Amino acid sequence: MLGALLIVFREVLEAGLIVGIVMAATRGVPGRGRWITIGIAAGVLGAGVVAMFAGVISEAFQGSGQELFNASVLGIAVVMLMWHNAWMARHGREIADEMRRVGTAVSEGSKPLTALAVVIGLAVLREGSEVVLFLYGIMAQGTSGSALLAGGVLGIAAGAAFTALTYFGLLAIPNRHIFSVTSWLIALLAAGMAAQSVQFLNSAGLVESLDQTVWDTSWLLSEGSILGRLLHILVGYTERPTEMQLLVYVAILIAMYVLMRIARPSPRNPMPAAAE
Amino acid sequence: MRKILFLVGLAGLLVVGTTSAHAQNYVLTIKDHRFTPTEIKIPANKRVEITVVNDDPTPEEFESKEMKVEKVIPGKSKGVVRVGPLKPGRYPFFGEFHEATAKGTLIAE
Repeated sequence: MLGALLIVFREVLEAGLIVGIVMAATRGVPGRGRWITIGIAAGVLGAGVVAMFAGVISEAFQGSGQELFNASVLGIAVVMLMWHNAWMARHGREIADEMRRVGTAVSEGSKPLTALAVVIGLAVLREGSEVVLFLYGIMAQGTSGSALLAGGVLGIAAGAAFTALTYFGLLAIPNRHIFSVTSWLIALLAAGMAAQSVQFLNSAGLVESLDQTVWDTSWLLSEGSILGRLLHILVGYTERPTEMQLLVYVAILIAMYVLMRIARPSPRNPMPAAAE
Repeated sequence: MRKILFLVGLAGLLVVGTTSAHAQNYVLTIKDHRFTPTEIKIPANKRVEITVVNDDPTPEEFESKEMKVEKVIPGKSKGVVRVGPLKPGRYPFFGEFHEATAKGTLIAE
């Protein structure tokens, strides 16, 4: 039971951290609850569908279907996160100012919520499909399944609790800093996802250049340890990155920075709230 | 702006996505949550292809941090994974869903 709990918890944790960060990043944006719910619901539904067709996906593209699927899912999430950050760079200050004045919601448009709902949906879909497959495997085995299943359910609950912890932890950040903090968290998240996506393409045999390992820090911080896992999700920590992974990681961070600079409103029109 | 970024990314993918020469293939079979063979010898510093065949009715996750591999193999199914080039050494792998029994080592020499 403990084994099942841990396996499920690990998968849910990964999606949960992303959900927690996204929720904190959209604090004060109207209608976000609905979009986040839609994202999670679509993700759970999608996870079921993906798990159902796991065999087909796995054997597609000469046995590399799953890698291509994961790489695409991560790639789309990276683009969505970049879009979100660009939008926030432009409107974040207005939202923060208004939040300070009104206390809660603002009337600003809800454009990036669709992007973030997609990110949440994809995160839940990717990790969720593994949970569904794992739990299905337990049920298919029959014997002593109930204890394992209970472990699985507890794992989901623990993962959800961690999501809440992430969210409320981030909420402790003062209003005026929260958008810059979450923007950087999202930039690092996106860079890590992109590097992971590259590794999936490598496993599929699509990206083979620059495949030498740059360093090996497994002796210092194993990716299997709790801290290693958390850092892997949050900032893309990899114990043995390849040259291509490192390159893509840095490139995404730079692209994100440039994009946010371009999107930032010009200082010639200062926000009205600055005068208050 | 977004469109440009997307196109640049796509072009980049096409450039690096050159197909490689056929890598040598090795077969790993999962049965009763155990790998056969439990040891595979491969040439070091070369890319190889491992076909993981899951003969169990339940899914398994073929995983190795050392080889940078993580792949779910559904029950009664199979998948192919490319690894390497690996420096000479021992690279343990395991089935994450049945860690107690599903264990093995890849030896690069």
